[in-house]
Amino acid sequence: MLGTTILLALREIRRHILRSILTTLGIIIGVAAVVTMVTLGNGVTASVQEEISSLGASNFIVFPVRTTRGTIRPFDEDDVRAVEQQIAGVKLAAGSVGASTTAFNNGQDWDTRVQGVNNAFFEAQSIDIEDGRAFSTDEEAGGKNVCLLGTKVREAIFLPTVSPVGSQMRLGDVSCQVIGLVEERGQGGGGSDDDDTVYMPLKTVQRRFRGNDNLDYFVVKYDAAYAAPVIQDSLVGLLRERRLLQGEEPNDFNVIDTAQVNQALGAATGALTAMVAVIASISLLVGGIGIMNIMLVSVTERTREIGIRLAIGALAREVRLQFLTEAVVLCALGGLAGIALAFVASFGLASAIDVPFVFDPVINIVSFMFAASMGIVFGYYPASRASKLDPIDALRHE
Amino acid sequence: MTGGPLIQLEGITKTFGTGAAAFQALKGVDLTISRGEFVAVMGPSGSGKSTTMNILGCLDVPTGGVFRFRGVEVQKLDRDQRSLLRRRYLGFVFQGFNLLARTTALENVELPLVYRGEAKAARRKAAMRALDQVGLGPWADHTPAELSGGQQQRVAIARALVTEPDVLLADEPTGNLDSERSVEIMLLLRQLNAEGITILMVTHEEDMAAYAGTIVRFRDGLVERIERGTLATAESLA
Repeated sequence: MLGTTILLALREIRRHILRSILTTLGIIIGVAAVVTMVTLGNGVTASVQEEISSLGASNFIVFPVRTTRGTIRPFDEDDVRAVEQQIAGVKLAAGSVGASTTAFNNGQDWDTRVQGVNNAFFEAQSIDIEDGRAFSTDEEAGGKNVCLLGTKVREAIFLPTVSPVGSQMRLGDVSCQVIGLVEERGQGGGGSDDDDTVYMPLKTVQRRFRGNDNLDYFVVKYDAAYAAPVIQDSLVGLLRERRLLQGEEPNDFNVIDTAQVNQALGAATGALTAMVAVIASISLLVGGIGIMNIMLVSVTERTREIGIRLAIGALAREVRLQFLTEAVVLCALGGLAGIALAFVASFGLASAIDVPFVFDPVINIVSFMFAASMGIVFGYYPASRASKLDPIDALRHE
Repeated sequence: MTGGPLIQLEGITKTFGTGAAAFQALKGVDLTISRGEFVAVMGPSGSGKSTTMNILGCLDVPTGGVFRFRGVEVQKLDRDQRSLLRRRYLGFVFQGFNLLARTTALENVELPLVYRGEAKAARRKAAMRALDQVGLGPWADHTPAELSGGQQQRVAIARALVTEPDVLLADEPTGNLDSERSVEIMLLLRQLNAEGITILMVTHEEDMAAYAGTIVRFRDGLVERIERGTLATAESLA
């Protein structure tokens, strides 16, 4: 019975194809707007998150700041180990120190920076090694002259056809052996370009380039299952203690939570999406009224048909179901058209504004269901009017 | 099924409107129709014959009186119960044919079976049989617009027959047809009646009424006269 009713509805819609398209335009546009916005919003979020993940997800970045007395008290490896060992929920902590330098090889020179890190830093920042290997324990502990190259450094001073792994090169007046290449990362956080960087063991850079045991900053990777504010509180507490800061004395260091940066950006895209949802819901409301209008016209046009159906024994609810089905099918088709339009639009716009196209099945299904349920809301009154017609009057209707 | 008459009207009245504008269309109609009868209902406009037919077709309810159909008091039933009664026991043929436009003859005939919830294959089969019965089998795929008036009325009759009803109600079935087509339709109705179906037909043409076995004449909202055994005349007309 329902199958027959749906086929009947499709046939009725096909008979008035132009009218049906014009009627559902409001729904098509409303659904398309919502789905497109959410899809693009997801794309923006994804691309921002990709950017942020170069800072590492669920990471704190800790660095010293100038105090009111104008001095900077840097952190060292003892602080890093203390954090790692004494704070619950911390997976690992890793320091970093950098210096400007020039890389030489094969008669080429390239101004770049050297960054002193240990393997733990690669892990915290999700930096992958593409070719070769990471540092060995010996190399880290002994501050050996080995290095990993970013893609830009490699392109600048090595031949593209031969792997530089194993070759000897020079950084300033330090000679080093290339043991691996780091994957391309794009613009990293903090203004530095991860690709235009040479990585050496932390101890090597401290000794050979900086001449002390200081760190520029360190990263703390925490277990996402723990509450970030709690970890941050104990982190700040521990560091204050180690730096002998008393009661009211302000922190002479700063802790940034990358997850918070994430949330702030998520909130911004969320607000934009909500605004579009409001505009789209107006379009949908107008569309729904259009559906009601056209269904009332249809009921009037088909009064005789309704009379015939009632005379041969259709129940009021069967007539109501027929018209309700027609409204729902019409709205559902509008919803499908809207989704199709959104697919094309968001695909095109995503590549235009250079964000990834992230297909979100939930918003597509929800929009479709919403469109179909609009058929019930706005089709109910016309359908119920059809079902209440008097068969004798309806049969006499010209 | 009780042993009583198929249809029994007792003191049926029907008033349209209220107060000063009220109009009494039926003023106490008594009528009994037995199974297998072919009844022609006649009378001038406004005599109450159409109102009576609407009540007999369970499309309308009387203001007063008792209408028993198969022993059931129809005036006590609600709208949906009367729909079920029509679906189950009644077939309708109208003056204006009242077929669904842009819908094939076969689908028109299938329609009552859709509401009976019959499966598609069974509907097809029954509808084809009904169309064959009215001699329109080869026209099954044609829409009303592609059929002549006589053919359209045959489709309407097939639609009324497809549910194998107890009673066929025909409201001026030949009113829109020329005399040759009219005679064909009447002969078809006669044949169906001979096969056992009870037929109630409204007409204002004496020569059409002559095909019926019983003629009920209405005047001023009352049954004026009932003439039974008119069939012999019809036989000679045919």
